[in-house]
Amino acid sequence: MSVNHYKSFGSRVFDALNILLLTGLALVMILPLLYVLAGSFATESEIATRPFFLWPEKFVTDTYAYIFGTDTFVRALVTTICVTAVGTAVQVMLTLTMAYPLAKRYLPGRTLVLNLVIFTVVFGGGMIPTYLVVRDLGLLDSYWALILPLAINPFYLIIVKSFFQELPQALEESARIDGCSEMGVFFKIVLPLSKPVIATFSLFYAVGIWNDYMSPLLYIDDSSKWTLQVLVRQFTSADAENALAQLDSVFFPAEGLKFAVVVIATLPILLFYPFLQKHFAKGVLIGSVKE
Amino acid sequence: MATDLAKPPVQAAPSEPGRASGRVPFRTALRRYRWLYLMLVPGLVYFAVFKYLPMYGLTIAFQDFVPFLGYSGSEWVGFKHFEALFTGPDFGRLMFNTLFLAVLTVLFVFPAPIVVALMLNELRVSVLKRSIQSLIYIPHFLSWAIVASLTYLLLAVDFGVIARFVHDLVGGPKVDYVAQPDWFRPIIIVQTLWKATGWGTIIYLAALAGVNPNLYEAARMDGAGRWRQFWHITLPTIRPTIVVMAILTSGNLLDASFEQIWLMTNSLNRSVADVFDTYVYYIGITQGAFSYSTAVGLFKGVAGALLIFGSNWLAKRLGQRGLF
Repeated sequence: MSVNHYKSFGSRVFDALNILLLTGLALVMILPLLYVLAGSFATESEIATRPFFLWPEKFVTDTYAYIFGTDTFVRALVTTICVTAVGTAVQVMLTLTMAYPLAKRYLPGRTLVLNLVIFTVVFGGGMIPTYLVVRDLGLLDSYWALILPLAINPFYLIIVKSFFQELPQALEESARIDGCSEMGVFFKIVLPLSKPVIATFSLFYAVGIWNDYMSPLLYIDDSSKWTLQVLVRQFTSADAENALAQLDSVFFPAEGLKFAVVVIATLPILLFYPFLQKHFAKGVLIGSVKE
Repeated sequence: MATDLAKPPVQAAPSEPGRASGRVPFRTALRRYRWLYLMLVPGLVYFAVFKYLPMYGLTIAFQDFVPFLGYSGSEWVGFKHFEALFTGPDFGRLMFNTLFLAVLTVLFVFPAPIVVALMLNELRVSVLKRSIQSLIYIPHFLSWAIVASLTYLLLAVDFGVIARFVHDLVGGPKVDYVAQPDWFRPIIIVQTLWKATGWGTIIYLAALAGVNPNLYEAARMDGAGRWRQFWHITLPTIRPTIVVMAILTSGNLLDASFEQIWLMTNSLNRSVADVFDTYVYYIGITQGAFSYSTAVGLFKGVAGALLIFGSNWLAKRLGQRGLF
C-alpha cells in the first residue's frame, strides 16, 4: 500500500490528526502503568505531593525491601508462581491428551464427545453447583481448586483438535507400520510436531491462572494461601486500611506499597509480553477464522 | 468452530485404509482403538466432574437444599425459589443494572475497536502502526484485580492523579469517585474500554488486511478520494465481521464480567453495582442460601443460552457463519 497517493490538504490534515489521536490512545494505555512503576520507586512524600511523574526525584527501593521482607508477600509470590507452573503443566497435558483422540475422524463416539464438550460452552451448572462439587471433593482451601475446575478450556481443546487434524497423517502412519503404538505415535511424532501449539496454549493457560481472581475468591478462605491477585486487591481496595493493619510491622511505606504490589503482580506478564503478543494474536485468529 | 460436527464420520481417515470402513460393533472399536479411548479418559472425567456434575447440581434450585441431606435427601419445593426471585425486591434492580451495563456496552465498548482499527488502517507509516498496536494490546493481559487497583490508585481522593487533576487544576470538588454510585457505570465502561479496545482491533485489522490493493488502485484511477475509497471499499470489507461480532456480543448480553464488577463494588455503590452474577456470589457463598442463589444462576444461564441460540439463528438467517 505504499503507492504514492494524491495528497490533498484535507488528506494531510486527516493524517496528522489520525497520528495524533492514535498516539494519544497508546499513551493512555501505557502511562498509568509507567506512573505506577515510577511511583513504586518514589518516596511517600513525593507520591503525596507530585500529581503525576514518570521518573521519581529521589530513587528509593524502600517499598521493595519491605515487601520482600514480609512473609505475606513472599508467600503469595511463591504460591502464585508454583500454582501457575503446576497448573499450566496439568492443563496443557489434559488438553493435549484429550484433543488427540478427538482429532481422529474414524474414532467411534467422537462426535458425541465433541457435542458434549461444545454444550458446556453454551450452558453450565454455574457458580454455586460448581462450588458445591469442589467442596464435596474436599478441595476448599486446596491449591488444586485453583487448577482443576478450569483444567480444560473447551475453546482451546477444539483449536488444538483442529491443529492435530491437519498434521500430515503419513508420518503417523509410517510410525504405526514400524510397530509404534498409538501412545508412541503421540509422544514421538505428534508432540514434537506440535511445539508451537504447545507454547501458545501454555501461555494461554499460564496467563489465565496468574490473572485468576474468581477461583481464589471462591475456594480459598485461608489468608496464608492467598495468591498475588487477591493480595493486590486487599492492599489497594477501599478497605485497604484493614489489610494494612494486619501486617506485622509498625512502619511501612503505605502508599508506595500499593504501587509496588501492582508492579510485582504485573511484571511477569510484561516480561513475557513479546511472546504473548505474537502467540495470542495468532490464537485469536485461528479461533475465529478457522472453522 | 466445529462445522465438521454435523457430518457423521463416514469415511475412514487416510491413515487407516480399509480398517474402519462401515460401522463396527462398539466393543470391537473399543478393543481396536483402546489407546485412543484410554487417552480420552482423563478429559472425560474432567468434563463429567466439573461440568456435568454441576449441571446435575442445578436440581437444588428446585429443592430446599440442606448440605447434610444431600442432593437426593433434600426436600423438593418446585418453583418456590424462582417465585421468590421474580416477586422479590431484588429482581427489578438486578435486571435493570445488568441491562443498563449491556446497553452501555453496545453503545460504547462495541464500536470502539472498529473505530480504532479503521484509524490504524489509514496509518501508512508501518513502524508507527506496529508500535501503537504493541502498546494498545498490553491492557488485555492485565488481570481485573490489577485494573481495579490501577483505578483505585488513579482515582484516590488524596493522591490519585485524576482526582487531583480535577480538584487542583480544574477547580472541581474533591470527589471519592469509586464510592459514588453515580460514577460506578462510567468507571466500569472506561475500564472495559481501556482493557478491551486495543485487543478487539485484531479481528477487524485481519479483515482489513485482506482487501485487494488493486481495488484502491482502480478507485484512484476513477478519481475516488480517500473518503470515497473508505466508504466504498474499506467499510464494505469489514461489514460481515461487524455483523458477526455484533451477534456474538448480543449473545453475551447478560454476562457482565463478574470479577470486574465484584472488584469495583463497595458498600456505598452496591445499589447500582449488583448484577446477577455478583448477586449469586453474595447470596450463595457469603450468606449460604445455596438453593435460592442456584435458582438465580439457573435463570441467568437459561436466558443466556437462549440469547446465544437466538443470535446464532439470526446470524444464519442473515447469511452469516454461525458459531455452531
